[in-house]
Amino acid sequence: MMPSTTAIIRLTTASGILCWLGLALVDLMIGFELRNANVKLGVPQFLSTLLLTGYILSLYFHYKQRLVSADNLNFIELLWRVFVTGLIATIVSVFIHFFLSFLVSGSKLAQDGLTLSLLYHVNIGLILAFVISTFLVWKKLVLYQKTKSLLRTWQVFEYAILISLLFHFVPHNRFDLPFSLIFAFILAMGLVITPNLKWVAFLNFKQKWKSILLILLILLYLTYFMVYLTGQQGNELLISDLTNHVSVIAIYAFIMLYAVASLLVTLFNLPTTSVFEQKLEEVVNFQRLSQSGQTGQNQEEIYDLLLESSMSATFASAAWFEVNHQNENQHLIVKNITPEKVQTVRPVITNSSEKKSRRQGISSSVNSRVDNIKHPNYKSVLVYPLEAQNEKIGTMVLLKEVSDGFNNDVVNIVDTFGNQAAVSIENHRLMQSAIENERYREELKIAKRVHESLLPSELESNQHFSITAFSKPADEVGGDYYDTHRISEDKFALIIGDVSGKGTSAAFNMSQMKGVFHSLAQIDLDPREFLVKANEALGRCLEKTSFITLSYYIIDTGKKTICFSRAGHCPSLYYDSSISKLDFLKSKGLGLGIIRNQEYCKYVELNQIKYQSGDILVMYTDGITEAMNPDGEEFGYDRLREVVVNQVNQSAVEIQRAIINGLLQFTEVDDIEDDFTTMILKFS
Amino acid sequence: MQISSVLEDDNYVIAIDGDVDASSSIMLDEAISKAIEKGQQQILIDCVDLNYISSAGLGVFMSYIEELKVRNTRMVLFGLSEKVENVFKVLGLDQLLSIEETKDQAKQQAHG
Repeated sequence: MMPSTTAIIRLTTASGILCWLGLALVDLMIGFELRNANVKLGVPQFLSTLLLTGYILSLYFHYKQRLVSADNLNFIELLWRVFVTGLIATIVSVFIHFFLSFLVSGSKLAQDGLTLSLLYHVNIGLILAFVISTFLVWKKLVLYQKTKSLLRTWQVFEYAILISLLFHFVPHNRFDLPFSLIFAFILAMGLVITPNLKWVAFLNFKQKWKSILLILLILLYLTYFMVYLTGQQGNELLISDLTNHVSVIAIYAFIMLYAVASLLVTLFNLPTTSVFEQKLEEVVNFQRLSQSGQTGQNQEEIYDLLLESSMSATFASAAWFEVNHQNENQHLIVKNITPEKVQTVRPVITNSSEKKSRRQGISSSVNSRVDNIKHPNYKSVLVYPLEAQNEKIGTMVLLKEVSDGFNNDVVNIVDTFGNQAAVSIENHRLMQSAIENERYREELKIAKRVHESLLPSELESNQHFSITAFSKPADEVGGDYYDTHRISEDKFALIIGDVSGKGTSAAFNMSQMKGVFHSLAQIDLDPREFLVKANEALGRCLEKTSFITLSYYIIDTGKKTICFSRAGHCPSLYYDSSISKLDFLKSKGLGLGIIRNQEYCKYVELNQIKYQSGDILVMYTDGITEAMNPDGEEFGYDRLREVVVNQVNQSAVEIQRAIINGLLQFTEVDDIEDDFTTMILKFS
Repeated sequence: MQISSVLEDDNYVIAIDGDVDASSSIMLDEAISKAIEKGQQQILIDCVDLNYISSAGLGVFMSYIEELKVRNTRMVLFGLSEKVENVFKVLGLDQLLSIEETKDQAKQQAHG
């Protein structure tokens, strides 16, 4: 398992401190030996080199690890880190310098080799820390948006530096041939690497200024340290001379080189920054536009986004968007312009468009039209008609205070924005319709459940008759309704009806119908009175174009009578067994809700018949008579009668089965789309 | 379904061609409401090519009964097929709307 980042940082901190302490001690001892010829401590020079190398490596891994843990820093923060490290190193170094030159100048302490050596080691420790940390930050900058070949080059560069560390163990002089060769090689590689300055391009204007300042200060530190180190060059007693260390010099040279290059590139990039930022903003706007359809923004917000994006891309000084509504009234979205002013500009634009429909130089794939206009405030205009799904959604107008303000590039950008906005609007609409569809289906589901729950699970009857009912629900919700109510021992109320319309409103009206039935049936009204009262109650709650048809029966098994009234419902079939005749029960009637006042009673009548054993009453809804066969022919009244005629000796259930079978045979389908209902009663 | 409205003398004739179902009933509604808005006193509904009428279509005719009465406008339907006429009759609308066989009869009825 890899040791954790913090563990490595701690470990390298410890090893770094130990190496530095060891180095300082060993160098002191060697220096002491040199100064006092009679003393022999037997400390090998080799140990000093080893500890210095150890210190450098510790620093390398320490700062490498610290940068890993700070992976999300931006460029300015990285430069800031280098700057702060350099600042601390410089302050300490400068303090030591002043300490030596002023406070204790001339004193014994200033002359003391031990003190000088110790302070020197503090200095080189800090300088190395600064140099190595800077080197690693530079690495991060160089490798920004790296390619494979760049990564390989960098690896070679680092390994070359690593190998050069070994060179220090070999006795050598500063800038002798092998030293120079190694230095030249590493520096050459550094030169190859230096042009990798892509990060500069990603700084905005403000960040560029900041980085210029930071790099300048970093260069200042580096120069200061260079001066310091060359100043100490002659002092043999300090043992570890960094200017004699090829790796350190090479790294130093590289970081200075890269700093200078960064500084210059940043400086030269300053004027073009705004263009880059502009492009970046366009990309961001484009992305916002393309996402706007999905994120549930409404169309208004998309228009707004389109306006804003187009304005910032074209530097237009004012703009508006006219939404084309199907219902005449136009909707305006304005930016930097008042609706009143729009009225003054609009005729000017239409004028110019009549003169020349399209200006030269604009490619024909572009929808926009650009033109110069004569208006006190605005001199040029860009008109973009926004279309989605071949429907004109609206027009965007961008205005500029200078003539010829819109070049081909910006026209293309506006076009791209417009196309994307159109796509977003399409997405938005699709999504809306999908949501609406889903909502509608949910509603239907509920309505269907309501409808089913409104139909009775059992029908009232006694030993004088048997009754059966069948209702096939529609794919969409229909409005068929039937029910029974036992008024007294021998008196039964029967109802069959059909609520006009489909879907939720039908289910809703039907539930009102059921409420009306169960409250009025209790009062034991005659069927005509029932209809008049029901009409009055329902007339108040039905929609203007809705009506209900129904037939209402009161069966009195004591008196053996059937009382009925018809409210526009299809007439029931009645089989009179005494004369063996099957016919429709004729009666004047009018649907409920058609006339919603007292006059209604004029249009309905009360009928009464006497029944005897074997008589049959077939009630049904128009779903049966209006069911069509593939030729478009309706099942009709005659066919229904035909089917029942052959079944008069059968039970109610048998008749019902015959009707359903006859209907299915006629329509030649497995499932009839509309709803249909039958309720059949046979007297025993 | 197609609807055409023509002014013949002082008779505003709305001809229905096809089926009047839930969706096409909206067009019928618009046509009648336009005729009433224009202040037409005689509105004839040509049902010669009316093949089928759903309850939504019936609902449209029904919803104007009251308004026609108030405005003293006469609306006469003519040329109904037996099947379509039966639909009107079953519902009882024949008691409230004038239904004639031919256009001439309808015109007479409208002016009578």
